[in-house]
Amino acid sequence: MTSGGLKIESYCFIRNNKVILNGELIFEDADAVSLKQIAKSVYRSIKPSYAKFFKMDDISKLGFLTAEVLLKDIDTESYDYEDVAIILSNSDSTLITDSNHQSTINDNDNFFPSPSVFVYTLPNIMIGEISIRHALKGENSFFIVENFNADIIVNHINKLFLTNKAKAAVGGWVNYSESGYDAFLYFASPQGETSHTPVEINKIYNKSL
Amino acid sequence: MIYFKSDNIVSPLGFSTKETTDLVLVGETGIKEIFDKDLYPEPFPASMIDEEKLETEFIKVATRYSSTKKFTKLEKMLIISVDDALSATDVDITSKRTAIILSTTKGNIDLLGNVYDYDKDRVSLWKLGEVIASFFSNPNTPVVISNACISGVLAINTAAMLIDSQQYDDVVVTGGDIVSRFVVSGFMSFLSLSTKPCKPFDANRDGLSLGEAAATIIMGNKPGNISPSLVFAGGSSANDANHISGPSRTGEGSYIAIQKAMDEAKINAKMIDHISAHGTATPYNDEMESIAIDRHGMTHVPVNSIKGNLGHTLGAAGIVESAILLEEMKRNILIDTTGYIEHGVSKPIAVIKESAKKELVNCLKMASGFGGSNAAMIISKIVE
Repeated sequence: MTSGGLKIESYCFIRNNKVILNGELIFEDADAVSLKQIAKSVYRSIKPSYAKFFKMDDISKLGFLTAEVLLKDIDTESYDYEDVAIILSNSDSTLITDSNHQSTINDNDNFFPSPSVFVYTLPNIMIGEISIRHALKGENSFFIVENFNADIIVNHINKLFLTNKAKAAVGGWVNYSESGYDAFLYFASPQGETSHTPVEINKIYNKSL
Repeated sequence: MIYFKSDNIVSPLGFSTKETTDLVLVGETGIKEIFDKDLYPEPFPASMIDEEKLETEFIKVATRYSSTKKFTKLEKMLIISVDDALSATDVDITSKRTAIILSTTKGNIDLLGNVYDYDKDRVSLWKLGEVIASFFSNPNTPVVISNACISGVLAINTAAMLIDSQQYDDVVVTGGDIVSRFVVSGFMSFLSLSTKPCKPFDANRDGLSLGEAAATIIMGNKPGNISPSLVFAGGSSANDANHISGPSRTGEGSYIAIQKAMDEAKINAKMIDHISAHGTATPYNDEMESIAIDRHGMTHVPVNSIKGNLGHTLGAAGIVESAILLEEMKRNILIDTTGYIEHGVSKPIAVIKESAKKELVNCLKMASGFGGSNAAMIISKIVE
């Protein structure tokens, strides 16, 4: 399938305690031993001053921070707000947050489900958080695949572009499970050098960091 | 052209689209008081599938496929649904040119913490897709969409994109969710469940009813056996960018999604004959939808919600309701909104009180959900 003119304008990782923007290390906290810790230190480093951040579950914090770094130097306001799509994916949905909710309801005699935990048991809440922060009202979709799958995300975004449903998009993968976390977001738009194709996205995603 | 070829609904009212629609049409509801301490410490109303009937029907399908494996309740519902939808088409699900899209919010979430009966990854949503694909010997990686309550409509929109870009000839869109302790306790904590069967758009509505269902819609690049043909004309999604657990007060995302779907379908609001709303019967959702409909100047267009019959079936909802909408279009009928008595939203939208005959050519499906998500889809009839 053709990319139809979309390019990879920018990309960002939060992986292995490092924040990497377009191949350059911009922050590292070598001592962080959990997603909670790395999220806290990245937040302190980039200082978004955004109170809603502290209400988010850990995987939404990860997606939010990755988008924060990715979009910092991108002029999303040059697009109409309904023209920027957010198309994300992962393998483990919100399984860690699901387990937190489950632990509040296991016992009928100690039953205390909380709406502020439950609302985060949907993977697309992260899309909502990024949409609110950056005032983006475009197309949304959250895909679940066993392993990172560039074809699904890239072809979906390119088709939105070709059918005039999006002029740019945030795409990528934000996963969090017992075995660790991994966030990779990119901005696809008519700006940039590299074509927005599955081959190019796989090349970027598979760079060892 | 992208054609709707076949469909199925597995619900408490029946295990086919026809059975379910026939009972929805006469105002039957699957919503009953449930007494089950494994689901919730106190009684609550919900629309639930009869386990004995499910088992009987599943054994028939499993025998035909010579399958002896163990499946969860949700997997059995999905397999029965896909099998029934396939039986009315010549679509070859074992072909590389046929994709499966699965729509679900929580999948096998009732297995969370259950380490005895299944492998640990059985609770994963991608695994649910794999189980269904493997049962039907589909060779492709299943596409799983989990995007709250708009998942079903998004799955149909995504199927259309895969066919239109010639990645596949046919797509089997299936979706399902069950009433689990996980979901009941969560919605209870939000105080968003009604104590009685829900009343969409009614003045006395006080929350939603949960339901469980599986549904399947098969789409393809060639006409099926439906005459006159029903085609996917346009679809879109949009975010409110406003709040993660409440809809926009201006219906912003829903308004945008409807506009983009109409643009793709190359029609305007005057050409819409009927709207199948999301209509959960929460105070905010129904009010928001009335505003989005009003902003498009469609207050005269007959609108319904079938949540009073089947409850909110989460990841299945968009597929269940689209299958019923297809059935309304085939029969040229408007189905009334069970539970709606006294108008209870601020805009004078035309909620259907009594079922009626009407020639239906262009119809709109709406959906909205947590995360500020909204989706819209337009089905058109090819009139010769």
